[in-house]
Amino acid sequence: MRIVFKTDYMQDIRPWKDGQQLTLYLLLLAAAIAAPWLLDVFFLGELTNVLIWAIAGLGLMVLTGHTGQASLGHAAFLAAGCYANIILMESGMPFMLAFPLAGILTGFAGAIIAIPALRLHGIYLAIFTLALSILVDDIIVLSDAWTGGVGGKFAPPVNVFGFEIERWGTPGAFYWLVLGVAVIVTLGYVNLLRAPLGRAFIAVRDSEVSAQAMGVNVARTKTISFGLSCAVTGWAGALMGLYAGAFNNETFSVVISIQLLMMIVIGGLGSIHGAYFGAIVIGFLPQFLSIAKEYVGAVFGGSSVAIPGLEFGIFGMILIAFILLEPMGIYGRWLKVRTWFELFPFYRKDMFKRQKSYLKTERLR
Amino acid sequence: MDNLQLLVSGLANGCVYGLIALGFVLIYKATEAVNFAQGDFMMLGAFVTIGLTNTEYMGLPFWISLPISLSIMAAMGYALDRFVIRLMFGQSQTAVVILTIALGFVIRFVAGLIWGHNPQTLQNPLAGREVAFGGLVLGLEDVAVIVVTVLLTWGLYEFFNRTRLGLAMQGASQNQLAAYYMGIPVKRVQGLIWALAGAVACVAGILFAAKGSVDPNAGLMGIKAFAAAVIGGFGSLPGALAGGLIVGVIEPFASRYIAAGYSQIAPYALLLLVLIFRPNGLFSQTRVKKV
Repeated sequence: MRIVFKTDYMQDIRPWKDGQQLTLYLLLLAAAIAAPWLLDVFFLGELTNVLIWAIAGLGLMVLTGHTGQASLGHAAFLAAGCYANIILMESGMPFMLAFPLAGILTGFAGAIIAIPALRLHGIYLAIFTLALSILVDDIIVLSDAWTGGVGGKFAPPVNVFGFEIERWGTPGAFYWLVLGVAVIVTLGYVNLLRAPLGRAFIAVRDSEVSAQAMGVNVARTKTISFGLSCAVTGWAGALMGLYAGAFNNETFSVVISIQLLMMIVIGGLGSIHGAYFGAIVIGFLPQFLSIAKEYVGAVFGGSSVAIPGLEFGIFGMILIAFILLEPMGIYGRWLKVRTWFELFPFYRKDMFKRQKSYLKTERLR
Repeated sequence: MDNLQLLVSGLANGCVYGLIALGFVLIYKATEAVNFAQGDFMMLGAFVTIGLTNTEYMGLPFWISLPISLSIMAAMGYALDRFVIRLMFGQSQTAVVILTIALGFVIRFVAGLIWGHNPQTLQNPLAGREVAFGGLVLGLEDVAVIVVTVLLTWGLYEFFNRTRLGLAMQGASQNQLAAYYMGIPVKRVQGLIWALAGAVACVAGILFAAKGSVDPNAGLMGIKAFAAAVIGGFGSLPGALAGGLIVGVIEPFASRYIAAGYSQIAPYALLLLVLIFRPNGLFSQTRVKKV
């Protein structure tokens, strides 16, 4: 059992709790930076993929986890960021300018879309964004003069401070690029959460009425949340395009939107860690399944036939198990385990019990 | 005449959308949750009936397999509520949404495992017959779809507004706690509504598989049915049918009169417009929300 004594008001506001926590995260960062020397090319690629998904997850987490607006359409913004980045680069803009601009453009697009979406709550917002995601798929096909339509586009190698970075040619450098973006976004996120804006997000999530009573401008807060969320998602999309090398409208289909939402639910809604945990599950599940299938095939003598839809089936089952048994996701489970150790003999079963809310309709009132 | 033919085929398609939308609305009306797996329920209902009826599977006569598959799907709906959804009692709507999306994934996977991924058609007594109707040639299936859908919607509407159970269901959705105090067995009522939604999905699946062919991904059509339910205003049964008909009729006309590529986005564009300008649907029940 370890107690952190608070001797200074700054301790409440600092992004890290105490020196030990800070050391742990710095060690993690050091390990992440050293990864290209430790891992082979295949796993480095997978790790890059996980980081990109984590950035996208962070983007959605701002909106869904911290502002409480469920979006089933974030693939649309992944696509927007990806195409914006490539189109800007093809028009001659250097990557270091095109990449941030792509995110900012996507953010603005998101904020504009948020204006009609503000009137929608819960399920209606989910359906609105779902329809948006389907529409963007078709819009990409229709505007093939810009986007290459069904044929898609190819990502050119990018130039960062004079270094040529390409997914296959220099996987290490590409990994560092993605890691850099992930670190910047995460730090920004941590700081956002201790700023008035982040607190306003959480207030809106927990109760719009009380947030309003506390002087939070709900409409403005939601719009900003949409914008920030879409900007970060746009950056993830741009990286995803570079990572995939070639992409078309199918790369950013509705399924990706749904997968993204499920990812942060598995990871744990309302926590930065959750985006990373969820991304690890999403990123490594296909590999894990193929290894498991080989193993099962070897033990039972079955042929290694591909079972279509297996990945989604298993994914769905994992998700159902999480929602029923651990609604706070992997991060929630981790919190419980950690608290158990921290409070060793004094942990009680109901410490994380949540209040149930009974339902009242919003239709007739 | 050509337009009339388009209209009728659009209406028949729209009825299937409308039936799936009915499933959404039923569950929404009684539990205030949205079942994103309703399209997959429809697909499952179609496959259960195909498995019972078609000669390469069990080969039962259609009129015998019909009640069996209806009761299987109703039992599935009830079991789903009893063993999965009920555990979520008291949690947020978004959690239920995500849960049902995941359920959809699982149902699609299981159906693919059992019945394979090739499109299949239900062998039914109406197949291939046509009725001529003053120069208009209609497939008997299309007529059956329209008739069954209208009857079912009317029946459910009366059920909700006139029977004790229907009123109990409405009450349970409007205020769970108050419904408890009034002696409504809220949990059992919710189980029944899921069973009902399962049966309705089965009807939709049978009509869909009789008209065309069904494969495990047919459930994704549920998204169009969403458009239908939203256009109709999520709480109204006739609204759901009307929304389904609107979506169904727009599709063939759009593909005929608008350039290819633009036509398929018509239902979704309509959905977005409705959500922006009439967020509660064209047939809305909502009064202004006070607090």
